[in-house]
Amino acid sequence: MSEPVALKLTAKDFKSDQEVRWCPGCGDYAILAAIQQFMPELNIPRERTVFVSGIGCSSRFPYYMNTYGMHSIHGRAPAIATGLSVSRPDLSVWVVTGDGDALSIGGNHLIHALRRNVNLKILLFNNRIYGLTKGQYSPTSEVGKITKSTPAGSADAPFNPISLALGAEASFVGRTIDSDRKHLQSVLRAAAEHQGSAFVEIYQNCNIFNDGAFDQLKDPTTRDDYLIRLEHGQPITFGADGRFCVVHPPGGFGLEVRETSSVRPEEIVVHDATVTDPAYAFALSRLPGLDLRNTPIGVFRSVDRPSYDSVVQSQLAAAKAEVTETPEQQLAGLLGSGDTWTIL
Amino acid sequence: MTKQIRQLDRVVIRFAGDSGDGMQLTGDRFTSETAQLGNDISTLPNFPAEIRAPAGTLPGVSSFQVHFADYDILTPGDAPNVLVAMNPAALKANLADLPRGADIIVNTDEFTKRNLTKVGYQTSPLDDDSLAGYVVHPVALTSMTVGALAAYQVSKKDAERSKNMFALGLLSWMYSRPYESTLRFLERKFAARPELVAANVAAFKAGWNFGETTEDFAVRYEVKPAKMHPGTYRNITGNAALSLGLVAAGVRSGLPVFLGAYPITPASDILHELSKHKRFGVLTMQAEDEIAAVGAALGASYGGSLGVTTTSGPGVALKSETISLAVALELPLVIVDVQRAGPSTGMPTKTEQADLNMALYGRHGEAPVAVIAPKSPSDCFFAALEAARIALTYRTPVILLSDNYVANGSEPWLLPDVESLPDLRVEFATRPNGDDGTTFLPYLRDPETLARPWAIPGTAGLEHRIGGLEKADKTGDISYDPANHDFMVRTRAARIETIPVPDIEVEDPDGDARVLVLGWGSTYGPIGAACRGLRQRGLSIAQAHLRHLAPMPANLGEVLRSYDKVVIPEMNLGQLAHVIRARYLVDAISYNQVRGLPFTAAELETTLEEVLKNV
Repeated sequence: MSEPVALKLTAKDFKSDQEVRWCPGCGDYAILAAIQQFMPELNIPRERTVFVSGIGCSSRFPYYMNTYGMHSIHGRAPAIATGLSVSRPDLSVWVVTGDGDALSIGGNHLIHALRRNVNLKILLFNNRIYGLTKGQYSPTSEVGKITKSTPAGSADAPFNPISLALGAEASFVGRTIDSDRKHLQSVLRAAAEHQGSAFVEIYQNCNIFNDGAFDQLKDPTTRDDYLIRLEHGQPITFGADGRFCVVHPPGGFGLEVRETSSVRPEEIVVHDATVTDPAYAFALSRLPGLDLRNTPIGVFRSVDRPSYDSVVQSQLAAAKAEVTETPEQQLAGLLGSGDTWTIL
Repeated sequence: MTKQIRQLDRVVIRFAGDSGDGMQLTGDRFTSETAQLGNDISTLPNFPAEIRAPAGTLPGVSSFQVHFADYDILTPGDAPNVLVAMNPAALKANLADLPRGADIIVNTDEFTKRNLTKVGYQTSPLDDDSLAGYVVHPVALTSMTVGALAAYQVSKKDAERSKNMFALGLLSWMYSRPYESTLRFLERKFAARPELVAANVAAFKAGWNFGETTEDFAVRYEVKPAKMHPGTYRNITGNAALSLGLVAAGVRSGLPVFLGAYPITPASDILHELSKHKRFGVLTMQAEDEIAAVGAALGASYGGSLGVTTTSGPGVALKSETISLAVALELPLVIVDVQRAGPSTGMPTKTEQADLNMALYGRHGEAPVAVIAPKSPSDCFFAALEAARIALTYRTPVILLSDNYVANGSEPWLLPDVESLPDLRVEFATRPNGDDGTTFLPYLRDPETLARPWAIPGTAGLEHRIGGLEKADKTGDISYDPANHDFMVRTRAARIETIPVPDIEVEDPDGDARVLVLGWGSTYGPIGAACRGLRQRGLSIAQAHLRHLAPMPANLGEVLRSYDKVVIPEMNLGQLAHVIRARYLVDAISYNQVRGLPFTAAELETTLEEVLKNV
């Protein structure tokens, strides 16, 4: 293969001519801008980039990207994108979805896309509410959420999207926040480089129906004590001057947060996203409490596993490699296979 | 001993036994031998949904009927001339279908007190006179098979399991079938276990020799080859023909075929078959559910494949929303519905035609699609090509309504010349189509086909977004404009309604028929056989058969109105009849049966005769 030619694309090249119609102040604007700014970095021609979405506020995303795009139906984007990706391995296929789209109506497709390790970059905009239908609770809303459909408070426990993705055998799992462009782009960069499914949860503020859902993670006075910024190869410490850290207590099943001053340095867990056993990343995903304290962001897990696309394509290639005839000759042979008889 | 040989023009044999007795295989082999001889054939398997219902019970009975003749035939036959009953359950379950005088070959070894009690026989029907009206041939099939294999290195269980080959050998002798293909088949099937090849061949030959030597079978029969068009034939089931049709559609279009499917009876065999044809670039995906199966197929179509999904009625119901999306996106998509008896799980291994309404109307919004139905097993090949042609040319979902009867039934198929198959090549959009020379208008239509350009990802300069929201004419931008929506709804309807389809042809050899029988799909054979029966008795009747159910042939109204009466037999409660009445204001007579079984020619003949009397 020849050296890739620098395409010299800019953020502007990725902006479509459609007027963006999210509510003023929606977190989606920041994500859109961050992605449009980030895309040129990939040096993938616009025509080879496809955004597929489902239904919901976030799913309007493809209309605003000057690439190929499909705004499909509720929950089905991973399935549609799977067919596209596996049949067109030359494309860079992105799925944009929300907490209702991906985890409620489309839960089945999401887990199976992750299990198969389809070469999709799945961006889940999690605002913990149904926005487009005007404010019902979602499968990531906290228990007791009072909404139009749950005036007495929601009764059901939410999904933890990172835990769910890990349980579904995802080979890449990350989390980022709409308002932190630099971090968002760093996670997208890692996701884009990953071969196979990359699942990225993006905390996104819905300023109309669930405003401030992630404020503790954004407020300069609290965010350092709340956020755990995962960096591969680095000890996991956070808070002002790294006053907190993550340890694996002997005899325990998971990870816990401690005051750094109370533990020996070698007890602090060094983040390794490539650990084969998903139990490690799962333990990380269980750190946050209901108040969002100890929320890890960054890449939880990034392991190598053959993508569905590559396995399927190699089976096709192997079968085709044995072919010496034209397709018409092959077809004539196939039609006439088995027990035949001739009448003169 | 020299046996008398008697010539017959046609025979119907039904092999019946426990689901574990290998009756489908036995029937298949007998069919293949019969095909080699050059008879015309039609077959009908009938088996329970349970893989192994409790042994020896009525629900566990599996059967395979084969009709062969020295002339061209249209159905697997109404009533068997010969029943092979491997146990009391098989006898009891099938006896009512036998005309008096039929031959019954029974495996006496299975007529134990325990097995008789299981199916409610107080005394053995072999010992009382309840079978007096039939010609019963008691054969100790199991013990003779075991005896014949005494010298072979096989377990008693494997020896007993070979009894179906003994039965096949006996029947092959009885009807003078060439058996070389069966020996070859056994060598292939048991290639990994040579001792089983030897045992099964020995069992087959023991059955053959038994027929030759026993005095119980005094007569041997011959059915001469049928006069058929010259050419090379193979025996084929509808599901196999449909699969090959899809492979052929890929070859003739030059596009990769993408099949998204979820296992469902009776459509799964298409997934199995297509998964073997990767060398044609056919990509099959067993999806997590029916919705994902059609979604993946649509995604592949978007990327430039011929997207196909195969299922049965319950699966089509689940796919409905995605089919509507395909209507809005105006992308090619083939949806194969191998119909089975519903509603809900219904009778998954039994046939029905009750998904017509769903195919025509079962979507939200005004969401028209093209609908076609094959009329016989081999016709499934051409129906698949036609479905692909419409989908690709007109960029639309096409529903292909097969059913369990044609899917699992088989008949000889005159192999087509590949070059004679339709040319399905399509052109993807490669350059902007706007007047300014730079704009791409994804919903600017071809004036003739009303199809929009198929601009696949990867094409530089044509980047565009499509989706389920209503689109503005030409630009494809989101539009809530009332006039635009009205226009788009009407255009989508016109897209389907104006697809040119061949005129319907009427078969009326006498030329003076006043009654027309109109059918669709798999009822072609029984209706045709009934019409022949009437004509042989000097009565005039016309037959027409619909392949295209949406759009319908342009001449259909005129044809319908030129007869005094129109009769529409269907394996549903009159779904086509409703459409015909609504569209053409013709007072059609609806004749319906929903028993999970195809019509018999005899019952149709009786019904049609009644209509003829009252004209």
